[in-house]
Amino acid sequence: MKRFIGFVRKEFYHIYRDKRSLFILFGMPIAQILLFGFAITNEINKVEIAILDHAKDATTIEIINKMASSKYFSINRYLAAESQVEGVFKQGKIKAVINFEKDFGEKLIKNGQSTIQIIADATDPNTANSITNYIQSIIQQYNQSININQAGGTQVFMQTHMAFNPEIKSVFMFVPGVMTIILMLVSAMMTSISITREKELGTMEILLVSPLKPFQVVLGKVVPYILLSIINAIIIILLSIFIFKMPVQGSLLLLGAESVLFIITSLSLGILISTIAETQQTAMMISLMGLMLPVILLSGFIFPISSMPLPLQLISNTIPAKWFIIIIKGIMLKGVGIAFIWKETVILFGMTLFFMGISIYKYKIRLE
Amino acid sequence: MGISLDQISKSYKGLNAIQKITFEVKPGELFGIIGPDGAGKTTLFRILTTLLVADSGTASVAGMDVVEDFIAIRKSVGYMPGKFSLYQDLTVEENLQFFATIFGTTLEENYDLIKDIYEQIEPFKTRRAGKLSGGMKQKLALCCALIHKPKVLFLDEPTTGVDPVSRKEFWDMLKRLQEKEITILVSTPYMDEAALCDRVALMQGGQILEIDSPKNIVQKYPKAVYEIGAKERHKLIQVLRDFPNLYSVYPFGEYVHYTDNRDDLEIPELENYLKSKGLSEIYIGLTEPTIEDVFMELARK
Amino acid sequence: MSEENVIEVVELTKKFGAFLAVDAISFEVKAGEIFGFLGANGAGKTTAMKMLIGISKPSSGEASVAGFDVYTQTELIKKNIGYMSQKFALYDDLTVRENITFFGGIYGLSRSTIKEKIKVLVTDLKLENIIDQLVGALPLGWKQKLSFSVSLLHDPKIVFLDEPTGGVDPITRRQFWEMIYNAADQGTTIFVTTHYMDEAEYCDRVSIMVNGKIEAMDRPKRLKEQFEASNLNEVFLKLARNSKSD
Repeated sequence: MKRFIGFVRKEFYHIYRDKRSLFILFGMPIAQILLFGFAITNEINKVEIAILDHAKDATTIEIINKMASSKYFSINRYLAAESQVEGVFKQGKIKAVINFEKDFGEKLIKNGQSTIQIIADATDPNTANSITNYIQSIIQQYNQSININQAGGTQVFMQTHMAFNPEIKSVFMFVPGVMTIILMLVSAMMTSISITREKELGTMEILLVSPLKPFQVVLGKVVPYILLSIINAIIIILLSIFIFKMPVQGSLLLLGAESVLFIITSLSLGILISTIAETQQTAMMISLMGLMLPVILLSGFIFPISSMPLPLQLISNTIPAKWFIIIIKGIMLKGVGIAFIWKETVILFGMTLFFMGISIYKYKIRLE
Repeated sequence: MGISLDQISKSYKGLNAIQKITFEVKPGELFGIIGPDGAGKTTLFRILTTLLVADSGTASVAGMDVVEDFIAIRKSVGYMPGKFSLYQDLTVEENLQFFATIFGTTLEENYDLIKDIYEQIEPFKTRRAGKLSGGMKQKLALCCALIHKPKVLFLDEPTTGVDPVSRKEFWDMLKRLQEKEITILVSTPYMDEAALCDRVALMQGGQILEIDSPKNIVQKYPKAVYEIGAKERHKLIQVLRDFPNLYSVYPFGEYVHYTDNRDDLEIPELENYLKSKGLSEIYIGLTEPTIEDVFMELARK
Repeated sequence: MSEENVIEVVELTKKFGAFLAVDAISFEVKAGEIFGFLGANGAGKTTAMKMLIGISKPSSGEASVAGFDVYTQTELIKKNIGYMSQKFALYDDLTVRENITFFGGIYGLSRSTIKEKIKVLVTDLKLENIIDQLVGALPLGWKQKLSFSVSLLHDPKIVFLDEPTGGVDPITRRQFWEMIYNAADQGTTIFVTTHYMDEAEYCDRVSIMVNGKIEAMDRPKRLKEQFEASNLNEVFLKLARNSKSD
């Protein structure tokens, strides 16, 4: 028993003398609780919706005001015709369009009923469902309020249409997210591990004392992983199409090109990590803790970004995965072309240059 | 194509790794840096191969400054860091081809330089480097460092942890390389290997204790060294420690090396003293000091 | 040195697939002896030692260490021997005192015994200034000396030393061997491997392994006579030349 206690005591010494393990034991859980607490919410908050009001009468204005004054929605766009709906969704900011039929108010008074149509962008099924539910409760409240002095009978009916994902399959939400995570993790982690392994084994010393230029070493490390990641991406896309029946509404070529861009972004992130990490273990830790966790929580893949507090939203903008998910969903589910996703593409490109730039700057041509 | 250092100093985290190191290696010399772990040998090598920048002082390799001209130096030296850093999962052949390629040459181009060494590992050329014995790895690492016909060769502890047979073979190879006019700087903790160099620098605790040819170093040793043997070896040392005129006594294999305070030690006097303490089979004889004797004497100060 | 055998090895063999790492070696080591176990890298030394200290199971043959069988009583063997290797000595991020306390505890020593031992070690090795320093900050020579002392904490019958003086400066090396001599004087058997041939001369008997077999075993003096060599280094070289390995 005494031996056992002695052994346990030694383990405690090791732990509290190693700053890094202390950080993981205490720092990480606290950070995670905060992140989870603030980020994870299936509630929606100030989601942007647009109004397509064919009637423009007192009734529709009243209902629209109710929606605008709720904390769930933010109304900034007024459409003129159905044809605009698709374009608005492709742009990505608007998550639902509320369609009031012609003569909405008149029909309500004369016939005792009229219909609101909710067209939701169901590429994020959870958000679409939440929007629909909240609107439904607003409508119900309205229905109650107009029937206070009557026996009942006057009602606004609600019709929903899930755009891009009529069966509200959650796989449509997951597949782009998982694909993003796999590509990022594999590219970034494997590259960083490969470079730090040379450092650990000591062969990096020999490579340094040779005519090889630093960028040649780094590029040499990266090229095999580009090829492997492309193969990976192809496999994932094929699986999504054939097994999960994900549509590819847009151009496959564009999808491929954007994927290659994202792979290069991830690889450059991996190189950056390798300039910080001295050992393979550190590289792996940074890749997993520093990349995977934020990507899952903050990229908008599961939890809607708009519902997060502002600081987290800002952080989310720095994560390459967030932009790539928008791009993939756009191409695969909404069939957008480059015109709609040029902004996100440029952002990814810029991030790549940024990571590369820092990596080259930090690349150690010496041992310390 | 020599090496020169002037007042090179380097410290890590407040501790002095090496202090004010100054010496020169002549072109074509086989120069040894002899010292135990922690002497600063590896730090010195890393500064000369441009992997570290010294805190102060200047150094040049083949006429090029280690800080200003590091790119040129890296193209023209051969370097074998400790632990025979090779790619364990590549074969002998693949390792050689890799290093040849990154130096812009081929195995065939400089084959005559590595022929003697390579022939010994050629039968294993398709074996993964990780599966070679220590002696084989050593030879492969040497070939990889030579493949581009460097003007200067840096070998950092190439014989550490390797058995005496392989060590001897390695030094034979180095001697033959010297004939091809390559300047060679080797470090080693084994004192007996010092005798095989043209000149050596004895190093401990970041400082150089002495630089000269092995012969001169030994000749400079101020005291007469006696080999003493007795049946009761352990007791012999303790008894000698109590001898009033003792200067130093150290075990040296079968015998003990003894030096006296006086210049005129009478051997019979010592012999009688030992007999009186109950030792038998006593042998006392004058012997040549070795590098190790000198090293320990210099380190004592 | 008594006549009792503390290590008895008969036809001990270890195979890895078809490869014979240790080929039916036989020898004995007497109590209080300093036994040098030499051989080239890859000759089978380390494999043989691993079997004797109870961390590797032999393929065939018999061996007993401190009276315990290497097949069935490995736990008892581990309790009764000390072990020190060059690769791992003490924990760098613990102080000297913490290391001694830890290893003492592992060996089952009572707290009062450990306190006693620490007192003795501090006096013998002059540890007053470094007893509460982290081992990682000490020079190599100190680490090795401390490591050896720790391996003796529980007064084992036999101590196995695996290249204990690699890379250490010449003065400290000799101090280390003085410690070995003292231990042997008090009856501890020392089983040591080394690449320093001058250290091999300090041993009472020496065995040299080549290609898994013991090709020579005797007192250093007799080996030199047998091989007509002036030191053990030459003996080693002549043996290796006769049976060219790899």
